[in-house]
Amino acid sequence: MCFNRLVEHISCRFRSFDPRLYQIASLSTLLAYGLLWLHFDVSILQITLTFGTALVTQYAGTRLYKLPAFDPLSALVSAVGLCIFLRTNSMAVAALAAGIAIASKFTIRWQKKHIFNPTNLALLVVVTGGLGWISPGQWGQAAWFGFLIACLGSLVVTRAVRADVTLSFLGFYVVLLITRALWLGDPLTIPLHQLESGTLLIFSFFMITDPKTTPDSRLGRLIFTLLVALAALGVQFVLFRPHGPLWALLICSPLVPLIDRCFPGSRYDWARPSKGELTPPLSAPVFVPLSISSQQRRIS
Amino acid sequence: MSRQDYEACENGWAGSRQDPHMLNIRLYVPAVLFLVTLLLWNGNASAFCGFYVAKADSKLFNKASEVAIARAEDKTVITMANDFKGDVKEFALVVPVPTVLEKAQIHVGDAAVLKHLADYSAPRLVEYFDANPCRLLYPESRSMDMMGKASPSLQREREKALGVTVEAQYTVGEYDILILSAHESAGLETWLTENGYRIPKGASSVLHSYIKQNLKFFVAKVNLGEQAKLGLTHLRPLQIAFESPRFMLPIRLGTVNADGPQELFVYFLTRQGRVETTNYRTVRLPEAQEIPLYVKDRFGDFYRDLFGQQVKREQHRGVFLEYAWDMTWCDPCAADPLSGEELRSLGVFWLEPHGRPGRGPQAQNVFLTRLHVRYDEAHFPEDLLFQETSDRANFQARYILRHPWTGQDDCTAAAAYREQLYGRYEQQAQTLATLTGWNISEIRKAMNFGARPTTDEKKWYQRLWTN
Repeated sequence: MCFNRLVEHISCRFRSFDPRLYQIASLSTLLAYGLLWLHFDVSILQITLTFGTALVTQYAGTRLYKLPAFDPLSALVSAVGLCIFLRTNSMAVAALAAGIAIASKFTIRWQKKHIFNPTNLALLVVVTGGLGWISPGQWGQAAWFGFLIACLGSLVVTRAVRADVTLSFLGFYVVLLITRALWLGDPLTIPLHQLESGTLLIFSFFMITDPKTTPDSRLGRLIFTLLVALAALGVQFVLFRPHGPLWALLICSPLVPLIDRCFPGSRYDWARPSKGELTPPLSAPVFVPLSISSQQRRIS
Repeated sequence: MSRQDYEACENGWAGSRQDPHMLNIRLYVPAVLFLVTLLLWNGNASAFCGFYVAKADSKLFNKASEVAIARAEDKTVITMANDFKGDVKEFALVVPVPTVLEKAQIHVGDAAVLKHLADYSAPRLVEYFDANPCRLLYPESRSMDMMGKASPSLQREREKALGVTVEAQYTVGEYDILILSAHESAGLETWLTENGYRIPKGASSVLHSYIKQNLKFFVAKVNLGEQAKLGLTHLRPLQIAFESPRFMLPIRLGTVNADGPQELFVYFLTRQGRVETTNYRTVRLPEAQEIPLYVKDRFGDFYRDLFGQQVKREQHRGVFLEYAWDMTWCDPCAADPLSGEELRSLGVFWLEPHGRPGRGPQAQNVFLTRLHVRYDEAHFPEDLLFQETSDRANFQARYILRHPWTGQDDCTAAAAYREQLYGRYEQQAQTLATLTGWNISEIRKAMNFGARPTTDEKKWYQRLWTN
C-alpha cells in the first residue's frame, strides 16, 4: 500500500514534465556510467558531433517541413541513444548516423507517423554498411541489477508511458528464452545469462517503447511485442546473427500501420501522454492527430 | 553580436516570421562549418620508437588451449593446437561442428605456424632510453607523446541401438576422424565411452543441448600406425573448414567437471576488422604503462599476475583483448608478421596464392585479433559467441621499461631531470602494484630506491627562490 502511494506520489509530482526529459536523464546517466566506469570507446568529440548533428537535422527538418516549433527533445533522446550504442573510429560516421536517425523521422512516414525508431534505423544502416559496430556485451554483467533498477525507476517517473510495451516484450522474451533452454535441456543459468544484458534492458526500456513507432492500441502493442520477441530470437538462434532485438524491431516496424488499421487506438502526443484508448471524438478532438492540420503537425 | 544578429538568432529559434533567404544561410553555415570540421580530423599514425625486449609466452598459463579461426563471408577455418603431453593412445578430441565435414574439409596443420602466430601477437615488453637532458631541445615527455573394436556389422547395430550415426570416417595425417550425429545424448555418451573417448561426468546435458541445436560431433583419435609411418614425435594441429553463419566457439564441454578455470587463447584472422564476443564483455588489457626496470627479468610473472588481476577486476566474466593489428606490420615486433603462405595454411582463403604479380604484402588485408579468456562453468555458462567489427584500430598489450639517463653532465635541465626521477620511480612502483597486486613495499625494495644516484635534495623554499 505504502509503496503504491509512494509511486502515486512520485507520478503526481512529475506529471507536469515531458517524459522525454526523464528518458534523456536516465540514458545520460547510463552513458556517463559507461564512459567513466567501463571506459567506452566514445570520445567527447563523437558525443558533441552526434548531438550537434541531431539538433541541426531536427532544426532543418522543422523548417523544411514547416512545423510550428523546434522541438529538440526527441532529437536529444536519439542522440544519447546513438552515443550509447554506436562505436566507430570515424567522426564523420557518428555525424552521419545522427543525420540518418533524425532525417528518417521526417522522410520515412506513413499516415503522419514515422515508421522506424530513428536510433534503431541509423544504427543498423551504419553497421550493415561496415562503417561502425555495436558492442552488445559492452555492459558486462556486473552492474546489471543497478541497471534494472535505473530502468524501472525511469518507468515510474515517465508515468508508465508505454510500460505495457516494455513489460510485454520482456515477458515474451523471457518466456521464449526459458522455453528454448528447457527444450535444449540447458541449465537456467544460460537464459539468465542471456537476460543479464544491459543492451537488452536499454532496448526494452528506451528503444522499443517509442510511442511514435508502436501501435496505438494496447492489443496492437501486445501483438507487436510478441512479433518483435519472436523475430529477435529468430535472428539469434536461427540466422545466428548478433543484435537480434534491433533487427527484430526494424523488421516489425513496417507492420505497425497494418496493426493500427486492424486495431485502431488514439495517436500518442508527447504533450499529453496516453495509454492509447480511443478518445471519444467530442471530448478532446484537438488532440487526435487525425484532426490536426498539416500546420500543427509534430514530428518527434 | 549586433542587434540584427541577435534578433536573427531569436527568430531562428522561435521559427516564426523570417526571410526565407536568412533560413538558407542559417542552414548552410552550420552545414559548411560541420564539413570543414570533418576535414580537419586527421588520425595521426603513431609509431612506437622503442626496442622490443620480451614477450609473454602463452605457455605461462596452465591448461591453456590455443585456437586460430580464419573467417570471412561465413567461411570458417579452425585450427586447434595440440599440446597433448601424455601417451598418444590416450588422446581423444570431441568438438561440436555445425556441418558434416568431408575429408577435404579436414587438414593437419603445422604447429610452427601457430607458434609463430602466438609469438607475433604476444604481450610484449619494450624499453626506452632517456636522452641527455642537457642536449634536449624539447621537453623529455615529447619522445613519449610521439609513440604514439567389434565386427563391422555388430558395431553398426550397436550404433543404431544407441541412436548414433557415423556420418563419415577418415584418416587424415596421424589422426583417425569420425563425424557423428546423434538422436539423444545418453546414447552418444555411451558410444563415446565404449569407443574409448573419456567423457566427463555430467557431459550428457551439454551433449543433449548440442544435439538439439543440430550440431554434429567431430571426434579424433591418434592412429598409431600412421603416426609411426610419419615419424612424428608430437601431434600436429587439426584443422577443419566449413561454411556456417555460426560464429562461435563451444566451450561448455570443457567446463563440465573441470578442475578449476581454464585458459583459452583465440587468434582470429579476418578481413574487415577486430573480433569481439557478443555475449560477454570484451575488455582491452591495460597497455603502454611504465613499469620498473627489474621487471625485465620477471616479465612472465608480471604478465601472469597482471592478467589474474584483470580477471578479478572484471569479476571473472571478461574476455580480454591482447592484440589487434593489421597483419602487414607490427611495431615493435615480438616476431615478424606471418607470410602469405603461413596465413593461407591457417585458413586465410582470401589471400591470393604465392607468386601472383602485383600483390605485395600490403595487399594482405588480414586483421589479427588475439583474445585471452579464463573460463569456468560458473562464470561462462554459455558458449562464446563472436562478431567481426569494422574496427581496424591497432592495439597491443605493451609494457614499457624506461632507462634513466645516467650521464654526469651538469646543467639546470640535468638537475631538474634527476629530481623528477624519484617521482617517476614511485609512479612506476605504484603502477606495478596496481597492475599485478604485488606488495608495494617489496616493489620499492626490489627497485632499490636508496641506491639511485641522488642529487642534493632542495628544500621547498630553495626551489621557490632559485636565485
